[in-house]
Amino acid sequence: MLFCFGLYGVLAKKNAIAVLMSLELMLNAVNINLVAFNHFLYNQTYDFNGVKHAILTGHVSALFVIVVAAAEVAVGLALVITIYRNRLSTDIDELDWLKW
Amino acid sequence: MNYALLAPEITLAIVAVVILAIGLMIPKGPHKGMVPLTILGLLLTMGVTGGQFAANVHGTFLNGMYYADNYASFFKLLFLTAALLVVLSSTEYVQKLPAHRGEFYALILFAALGMMIMAGSGDLITLYIGLETMTISFYVLVAYLTEDGKSSEAGLKYLILGAVSSAVLLYGISFVYGLTGSTVIAEVASSLGSSISPAIILALVMVLVGFAFKISLIPFHMWAPDIYEGAPTPVTAYLAVASKAAGFAALTRVFLIGFQQQVYGGSPEVVLAVLIAVTMIAGNLMAIPQKSFKRMMAYSSIAQAGYLAIGLLAGDQAGVKAVLFYAMIYVFANMGAFTVATLIANAQGSDQIKDFAGLARRSPFAAAVMLISLLSLAGIPPLAGFVGKFYLFSAVINQGWVSLAYIGFVMSMVSVYYYLSVVKTMYMEPGEGLPKIGLGGASKFTLFVTMIVTLFIGIYPTPLAQMAISAAKSLIR
Repeated sequence: MLFCFGLYGVLAKKNAIAVLMSLELMLNAVNINLVAFNHFLYNQTYDFNGVKHAILTGHVSALFVIVVAAAEVAVGLALVITIYRNRLSTDIDELDWLKW
Repeated sequence: MNYALLAPEITLAIVAVVILAIGLMIPKGPHKGMVPLTILGLLLTMGVTGGQFAANVHGTFLNGMYYADNYASFFKLLFLTAALLVVLSSTEYVQKLPAHRGEFYALILFAALGMMIMAGSGDLITLYIGLETMTISFYVLVAYLTEDGKSSEAGLKYLILGAVSSAVLLYGISFVYGLTGSTVIAEVASSLGSSISPAIILALVMVLVGFAFKISLIPFHMWAPDIYEGAPTPVTAYLAVASKAAGFAALTRVFLIGFQQQVYGGSPEVVLAVLIAVTMIAGNLMAIPQKSFKRMMAYSSIAQAGYLAIGLLAGDQAGVKAVLFYAMIYVFANMGAFTVATLIANAQGSDQIKDFAGLARRSPFAAAVMLISLLSLAGIPPLAGFVGKFYLFSAVINQGWVSLAYIGFVMSMVSVYYYLSVVKTMYMEPGEGLPKIGLGGASKFTLFVTMIVTLFIGIYPTPLAQMAISAAKSLIR
């Protein structure tokens, strides 16, 4: 559901910042998926020298996704600022110097 | 843990960080010393990778999360070659940039590092990290001309579409994890077995869509022409050859190791075949009316992705070998064409096809290299492209897809038309009043190398074919 909200936002929003926010929604949907699968389906442990450790593949993957998403949005915002300087607008519909 | 397996990645990471640091430290200026330094670093990494390839290293790192095999090494050599040619051909272009010249090379190296991780990854999350290392570097490279509105527009478009496609890919990966409890590709395969359920199909489709964006299969190609047109010309070349090959490297490993039993022999195979057919037909047809050289090459590269995916569809050793072989010669052919386009863009500040008028008189050597590169892309014997297409089509015919090979053959004939229209402009039109094109040492060297390799492999393909076979064998036994 959250993923679909995000996808709708990316497709329908006019402001570049809102599009970036919708992107975050999509990535967070992935994170929730990963963490929930790990917690509810694969809540296993393994023995290492007699000590029990939880297997946290999903949690760790979610951490990686968060870091990458942060890097992505940093570049995205920088680009939005560059475009704003060039044409004083962050409206996606005005990005028509290159025809689709 | 055997860190020696990671030697190429570690070398390149160190080189890239050093180049970045040097680029920031030295005072503003033409930054001439950066080029030899970058080339030296790339050659060093190539040496390490080549050593691994020659020694036929075959190992895994962290319980199958990372592979160092000949398949990965072959692709690593391909990415490094592409990076090397891009650095060489962009030397004069970078001199003209208004600012930030030093970081350009560092970003190219970081993108190459991301691709190398993609080629070697045996884990879906590692693959994603490699993919994002590559694409985030590319977002910056595409938007490098901050003064040029077109470039930053292309950068933002690439960022939004690229991020959406990686989100779809990740959503697919999260489903795969939910279904199997693992993100390691080999474990996913053993856990799935030969079972097929709607959930598996959904995950598979999402993974395929995510990758189809990266390798620009139609209908997920919309970004390519815009981004190729807006990006600085050397970056366009790098994007067209290297990022596409990286997408294929990862997709082939995921499909052939992870989902082999789900993809082949079932409905996903048919979906892939339809995508390929549409890509080859529409890519070639849409290239015909283009007036901008870069846009034309964008559609041509979409069509080339269709040809490459044929080998993936074949899905056996011969198919993988054909993909590897074709990807390598595609690097040389495309780099030759784009180096000439970079020279034109440098001298005339534009990239329309009509700007190539009279190039045969203004710079006969550049025109000859362009001619050879374009004919190789079209697949005319005795050039390398013909041999590559021969391998691809024969691999897929052996798997019973004669109709696809037929479509590919007909569409290659169609592609000759738009490639030759550029040649006609170069050789037949006078091009009055256009400047002479001066060749710098670095671009002359790039053109020479691409021309020699394209001719040589076309006449004597055995060495590269042997390399491709040994790489394919390390993936499928």
